[in-house]
Amino acid sequence: MLAAILSLTILGAVLGTVLGFANRFFQVEGNPLVEEIEALMPGSNCGQCGFPGCAGAAAAIAAGQASPACCPPGGRSLAVTIAQRLGVSVDLGGADDPGPLVAEIDESICIGCTRCIRACPTDAILGGPKQIHNVMRDSCSGCAQCIDQCPTEAMVMQPLPVTLQQWFWPKPALRG
Amino acid sequence: MNEYLLLLLSTALINNVVLVKFLGLCPTMGVSKSVDAALGMGLATTFVITLAAAASWMLEHWLLAPFDLGFLRILSFILVIAAAVQFTEMAIRKTSPALYESLGIYLPLITTNCAVLGVALLNVQQGYGFVKSVLFGFGSALGFTIVLLIFAGLRERLALAGVPAAFSGAPAAFITISLLSLAFMGFSGLIPA
Repeated sequence: MLAAILSLTILGAVLGTVLGFANRFFQVEGNPLVEEIEALMPGSNCGQCGFPGCAGAAAAIAAGQASPACCPPGGRSLAVTIAQRLGVSVDLGGADDPGPLVAEIDESICIGCTRCIRACPTDAILGGPKQIHNVMRDSCSGCAQCIDQCPTEAMVMQPLPVTLQQWFWPKPALRG
Repeated sequence: MNEYLLLLLSTALINNVVLVKFLGLCPTMGVSKSVDAALGMGLATTFVITLAAAASWMLEHWLLAPFDLGFLRILSFILVIAAAVQFTEMAIRKTSPALYESLGIYLPLITTNCAVLGVALLNVQQGYGFVKSVLFGFGSALGFTIVLLIFAGLRERLALAGVPAAFSGAPAAFITISLLSLAFMGFSGLIPA
C-alpha cells in the first residue's frame, strides 16, 4: 500500500518536473501585447474584420496593420480601449455610433431553413427545420454573419430595444 | 540482427496495429482527410509510442515488478503516456505551429489512442526485453503511420470521385478501410510459420 502510494507520488512528481522544464524550454515567444488585445476582443471569431478570427485580428492590430476600430461587434468602446492601450489615436469613422445592434428575425417571412443557425458563432439563434427561428438577444454578439445567409431577408440588425431594466437617464450633454 | 528486422516487419505489416489488431481506429478515421496532416499525426504518434514503449518497459521492470505493483500497471502507463503526449504537444507547438493547428484536438487525444496503451501492455504480456520492446513500439507506430498515409491518400481521391449520396462521407471511408484491412491480411503469408 505504502509502496504504491509512494511510487505513484514520485512518478507524478518526476514527470511533472520534467514537463515543467520542457514547458520553459519549448516556450513559444508569443507577443504579450497580442494576447492582451485578444483578451479584449469579443472572441466569437466572426471574421467581419477580414482576419482569421479574433487572434488574427489582434496580431494585425498589434503589428499596426489594422485599425483598432476594425472590429464591428466590438464597436466604439472596444476601439477606444484598444487605442488607449496602444497609445494611438483612432479614427472612429463617423461619430454617430448607432449603439449595439443585435440580429432580429421577421417571423412573418422566416421559412425555418436553419441557415442562420448554422452561421451563428455564438449559438444565439433558436429554432429547428421548418420552425420559426428566434434570436436570444443576450447571446447575440451582433456580428451580422446571419444576415447574408437568410434566403428571405427575414434577418435584420436592429438596435437593442429599450426595456425597463435597460433604460437609464441620458447623460448630461455639454452645450456650447 | 535478422531477428530484430523480422520483429519490425511483422509488427509493422503482418500484425498491423490498426488493420489487424484494430487498435487506434479513432485517429485513423479522424485525421485521414489530408496526407499532410496524416503524416504529421503519424510522426507524432510514432514518437509517442516509441517513447511510451521504452518508458513503460523501465516502469515495469524497475518499479512495478520489484515492488509487486502489477495492479498499478494501467494507471502508471497512462500517466507516462499522458506526459509523453504533453511533451510532444509542446515540441510540435514550438517547431511547427502550422502542423499544431492542423492536428487540432487529435494531438492531445493521442493520450487516449488505445494503440499507445495497447503496445505498452502487449510488451509486458509478451515479456520482451528492452530493445525488443522499443522495436515493437516503433514497428507498431510505423505500421500505424503507413496505414494512415495510405488511407489518407485513398480518401483524398475518394473525395473527388462520384460516390453515391447514400455512401458519401463516413460510409465510403468505412468500406475503404475494411478493404484495406482485407488487403493487409494478405501480408500474413509473408513469413512462413
